[in-house]
Amino acid sequence: MNRFKGKDISGCATTGIMDQTGKRFSGKDIINSIATMHERSNGLGGGFAAYGIYPEYANDWCFHLMYDDETCKEKTEEYLRDNFKMLKSEKIPIREEMQVEYKPLLWRYFMQSKREKIKLHYNFTEEDFIVKLVMDINSQVNGAFIVSSGKNMGVFKGVGYPEDIGRLFRLEEYSAYTWTAHGRFPTNTGGWWGGAHPFGILDWTVTHNGEISSYGINKEFLLNYGYICSFYTDTEVIVYLFDLLIRKHGLSYNIVAKILAAPFWEEIERESSEEKEILKTLRIIYAGALLNGPFSVIVANSETMMGLNDRIKLRPLVASIQGNKLYIASEEAAIWEICPHPDKTWRPKAGEPVIGRLMEKNG
Amino acid sequence: MGCRLCEIHCITQHSKTKNIIKTYKGEYPKPLPRINVEEKGYVNFALQCRHCEDAPCLETCITGAMYRDDKTGAVLCNENKCVGCWMCIMVCPFGAISRNMEGKKVASKCDLCGEEEIPVCVKHCPNEAIVFKEE
Amino acid sequence: MAKRPIPTEFIIDRDENKCISCQACVRMCSNEVHSYDPETNEVLSDSLKCIGCHFCESICPTHAITIKRSQSEFKMNANWSAGVITNIVKQAETGGVLLTGMGSDKKYPIYWDHILLNASQVTNPSIDPLREPMELRTYIGQKPDRIQLKSNKQGKLSLESRLSPQLQLEVPILFSAMSYGSISFNASKSIANAAVQLGTYCNTGEGGLHKDFYQYGSNTIVQIASGRFGVNREYLEAGAAIEIKIGQGAKPGIGGHLPGEKVTAEIGRTRMIPSGTDALSPAPHHDIYSIEDLKQLIFALKESIRYKKPVGVKIAAVHNVAAIASGIVKAGADFISIDGLRGGTGAAPTVIRDNVGIPIELAIASVDQHLRVEGIRNQVSLIAAGGIRCSSDVIKAIALGADAVYIATSALVAMGCNLCQRCFTGKCNWGIATQNPYLTKRLNPEIGQRRLVNLINAWSMEIKEMLGGMGINAIESLRGNREHLRGIALSDTDLKILGIKAVGEM
Repeated sequence: MNRFKGKDISGCATTGIMDQTGKRFSGKDIINSIATMHERSNGLGGGFAAYGIYPEYANDWCFHLMYDDETCKEKTEEYLRDNFKMLKSEKIPIREEMQVEYKPLLWRYFMQSKREKIKLHYNFTEEDFIVKLVMDINSQVNGAFIVSSGKNMGVFKGVGYPEDIGRLFRLEEYSAYTWTAHGRFPTNTGGWWGGAHPFGILDWTVTHNGEISSYGINKEFLLNYGYICSFYTDTEVIVYLFDLLIRKHGLSYNIVAKILAAPFWEEIERESSEEKEILKTLRIIYAGALLNGPFSVIVANSETMMGLNDRIKLRPLVASIQGNKLYIASEEAAIWEICPHPDKTWRPKAGEPVIGRLMEKNG
Repeated sequence: MGCRLCEIHCITQHSKTKNIIKTYKGEYPKPLPRINVEEKGYVNFALQCRHCEDAPCLETCITGAMYRDDKTGAVLCNENKCVGCWMCIMVCPFGAISRNMEGKKVASKCDLCGEEEIPVCVKHCPNEAIVFKEE
Repeated sequence: MAKRPIPTEFIIDRDENKCISCQACVRMCSNEVHSYDPETNEVLSDSLKCIGCHFCESICPTHAITIKRSQSEFKMNANWSAGVITNIVKQAETGGVLLTGMGSDKKYPIYWDHILLNASQVTNPSIDPLREPMELRTYIGQKPDRIQLKSNKQGKLSLESRLSPQLQLEVPILFSAMSYGSISFNASKSIANAAVQLGTYCNTGEGGLHKDFYQYGSNTIVQIASGRFGVNREYLEAGAAIEIKIGQGAKPGIGGHLPGEKVTAEIGRTRMIPSGTDALSPAPHHDIYSIEDLKQLIFALKESIRYKKPVGVKIAAVHNVAAIASGIVKAGADFISIDGLRGGTGAAPTVIRDNVGIPIELAIASVDQHLRVEGIRNQVSLIAAGGIRCSSDVIKAIALGADAVYIATSALVAMGCNLCQRCFTGKCNWGIATQNPYLTKRLNPEIGQRRLVNLINAWSMEIKEMLGGMGINAIESLRGNREHLRGIALSDTDLKILGIKAVGEM
């Protein structure tokens, strides 16, 4: 699919839109936005994450799955039925008439967890239980891959240009209050359906443009806390780091930005003594979480969307705001395509996060 | 450390060829070293002229052979004028001057190696024991 | 036949055209190899006594001397090499245990030379250390699992966590334990000054801390070995950290040894033993017979310094080093120093130095992996030691999982050592491994300090270049990052234990 084998390497593309009031809008916008950045991908991966798309099942777990064949589907469903009460199980609707070279079986399940199963694990919260289950299935069942595992959200991805993937999954029919999208130009691993971005676990999703040089140590660091990385791609560690630092360690997004894109020692020296102590301690304790190498990421969960650059800003990221809608993208053109006159546009500095938060909802 | 390389390089510097092998194998008589290593037990000290500000040898010299160089401030001996009376040797508080008995008898002492930037004893000491300082 | 001469190891080749009979070599050789014959004005050399330290070669003003390996050769025999034959002859002669110095010289595979590093291209820009900041700062000590922050009403953050005491290193290289006694006062002083100048630490070794070195205390790690030489309250309070020495790489399982010839009055005073007696440390600490005893000692030490400084443990790399390390973590140590097979020493029985222990590369990889799987890796810092020869060894050690490295042999070579392996005789011509005042003055502490600082600065620059090449700008992103290593010409098992892929694998 990649006709351009020449030296023009422009890197991946990523966009995120969030309506902070929680008002939901169609996937049409995000497809148009990512299509603008067509040249940044090579057709070997594209994907979307959407939040708020299943309001009828808002409190139930929704797993999106990819299967190589029927056997792994049966095996996985057995596992799921054992651990969950199955409310609904269906094929993810796609445009059947679209020509796609190969596609796995795409399925989704709406489920409720079983209390007694969680209790079997000492000291686990419901989320810990889901995380462990997802890791077990992904690493042990060959040919099955859990694409997203959150509530009232889902990840749609595959091998192809992102706008094609968007049309395949009929995303213009869905309404969500946060959309993120990604187009891939992979170099380190080939194109496979599970390898496209966004990566997700629980309601976290991450789209990533870049390459993590510190992948080896981040992987080991996460191993210390019980997270097993099984996808041979560096983006996986970003998702797990967010889950660890925000959900389990209870840190704020600003602090997490200071861990993942830590300021330099020379900058820390110049801060006030209190701030200096905090930054120094963060770097000492979370040395293994520092992400080295170029990256711009858009991370989202049910309440937040955050964009972040690496500590020396080696990848592009632009943000705009119009009213209550926050836009983050790799290129300004992608934002103009859907929002021609934003109130404010800026380029976040290295290590400076862009955070959009869901306002308090009524009812 | 008692290796006496300073003495060897001093001799070479004041030889005709300034080449160490030719000096030692060919030249006879060898020039006198202007620096001497004093030993007692394991303590060694390399002794040469201190080029004192109030040099007694300057005052005592009967012929005026001892003079102070205007540019460097070093105390030098003009061998043409020296008559070998040895008054300078007797009066030097450090014992840094020696008698050159070969040929015309003259006093022999450190001359800061003339045109060299750094005296060769300083340059070649393997342990940097000799330090050249302007005061 | 009763008397059988030991064949010479070295032959002194003197170029008669260059020798000027200045007798510098005669004066300088502590083994009395050279002598002067006034009748013929010639300098003669007795090659039988030469140990190959190359001091005369360096001091000769005309470069007339060359040291060559001996010509007296046995019939070629791969199994019964000259070294093996010589050792048997010596033991038949004396009935004693053969001693030697420095690290093992046997031909075991050097894993450093089978590991290759990565560089970033195209997809990931490499970083130029001359233009961008490249951070080598390392903290040694226990690190908690997570940080505790408190936020007040205005949203201002304050730090709730209290970190256990850390050592701050500006470069991830420390000077390893070389006791005052095994090396000279001047050598110790060079090392201490260099540590201060570089912002890193040196280690007292078993020999206690000389009173003149208390001024360097804040850059010194004080060691407590089984002989407890020099240990009193001031000693514990003077250092920046305490290290309990259980074993060392050169001689795992046996204690330290300082021959009586090297125990002068000063050494005796520092170590608190009579002068002239052999300073033998017992094999185990006689109050540590098991892991719970170690835990007791660690906490006893922590109490005595009121928990203000890190307390660590030094062990030799042996077969179950991973399990031992795990036990030590749970006993409360803040850092673990692991000394590999090639670690050096002042004196050790040759047969133990060459046959006991495992190489540090495998030890570090194994310990790091094991601790991570157990989820306790953050509770200690690991320091690797034992034959680190160059900056690439340092990078590879850190990538395999060490937080920092100890260097000792490299530091001595920087100060003049040529590894003649005769440290135990106390006749070191370079003034390093001796207490003889005629010899120790040859090491000028200013020069020693300068050379050590030069060495570490040079290595730091090389490390920064290599890090930049990998697209990393902080050393913490390399620690344990085995993705950047590939093994070349290694067996599958080696690759598995090291935890790295083979060259060519993505």
